[in-house]
Amino acid sequence: MSMHYFANPARFTRLAGRIQPWAGGLAALLLLVGLYLALVEVPADYQQGDTVRIMFVHVPSAWMAMFCYMFLAGASAVGLIWKHPLADLAAKASAPIGAGFTFLALVTGSIWGKPMWGTWWVWDARLTSVLILFFLYLGYMALWQAIEDSQKAGKAAAVLALVGAVNVPIIKFSVDWWNTLHQPASVLRMDGPAIHSSMLWPLLIMALAFKAYFVALLLTRMRMELNLRRIRALRLAERTS
Amino acid sequence: MTRKQRRLYIVGGFMLIFATAAALVLMAFEENIVFFYSPTELARKMEQQPISPERRLRIGGLVEEGSVQRDKDGLTIMFRVTDTVEVVQVRFRGLLPDLFREGQGVVAEGSMRADGAFEATEVLAKHDETYMPKEVADALKEAGQWQGDHE
Repeated sequence: MSMHYFANPARFTRLAGRIQPWAGGLAALLLLVGLYLALVEVPADYQQGDTVRIMFVHVPSAWMAMFCYMFLAGASAVGLIWKHPLADLAAKASAPIGAGFTFLALVTGSIWGKPMWGTWWVWDARLTSVLILFFLYLGYMALWQAIEDSQKAGKAAAVLALVGAVNVPIIKFSVDWWNTLHQPASVLRMDGPAIHSSMLWPLLIMALAFKAYFVALLLTRMRMELNLRRIRALRLAERTS
Repeated sequence: MTRKQRRLYIVGGFMLIFATAAALVLMAFEENIVFFYSPTELARKMEQQPISPERRLRIGGLVEEGSVQRDKDGLTIMFRVTDTVEVVQVRFRGLLPDLFREGQGVVAEGSMRADGAFEATEVLAKHDETYMPKEVADALKEAGQWQGDHE
């Protein structure tokens, strides 16, 4: 199957319509289970007490913030290099989702920072680079709005997305490269997770729930965008006839 | 070379150059990106030239065990911050975060005083990346497997 198999919008819409309810259902189910475990079943942390429960929303949001950007940059690269018709669409559709997750990570981080660190916000390398990520998403979305011609807008936005991709490894390794107030990674690190298994499993369930939610939302937004394009094309045809 | 291949090389090359440029900029600004100095870094800086009391900076490390003393007025607190090599005496008047205790990681913002102590205007607690239930922590301590509160 070639990469251009799903370039046919009808074929893509059919497949997306079939996957979407499953992804949405899975997200709802995992979120329900994950939240129950995180808020009720998981024992309090030895150091942070019940405040640690914020982690179960904060960490998956932060992971998704970076994942969405990698998806955005990847789709942008495919759009620029291979001119796949769905690539720009996928990139455009993923940006607001990524911005939402980044916002959630920033807000929950702030709410967590106040009781634990003693401050809502500091300008350390981790927090600052995530704030830059948020602005990159906003800039990307603004660029789409600013340029009328969707071909040109897609190209300009894709270049911005690729430039901003440099920020993703900076976010990930900021806590290792520089002194930061934010602690180093607990899960994705060389010598295995530093989270007790009773807390790690609910965290992974929440992460999976967020990922399934991303898939459902992405497909919805892509189909919506395709429909909008069709409406625009129909209107144009009507006016010219 | 097909046009697709050419575009691939252009995008790849552009990314490589841009990433290198970003890395160089970050390395050049390392001094400004670090959120705090460890006591060792602070000592090295003071060797090069004395730090003026005007200059605001942040130091970070562990609160040395047994070093916390409260003043008679009950408001001023004295403690030493260590990175197990060098030690800095810190003086602070104000509210401490809940996580503050001996052995805990802290970041203090303030300035160096003439008497060699660090006068902090704000103290933040820093916690490590380990998460576990209290029962597990207690069991580890009992079994003598405790790694300490820090890495």
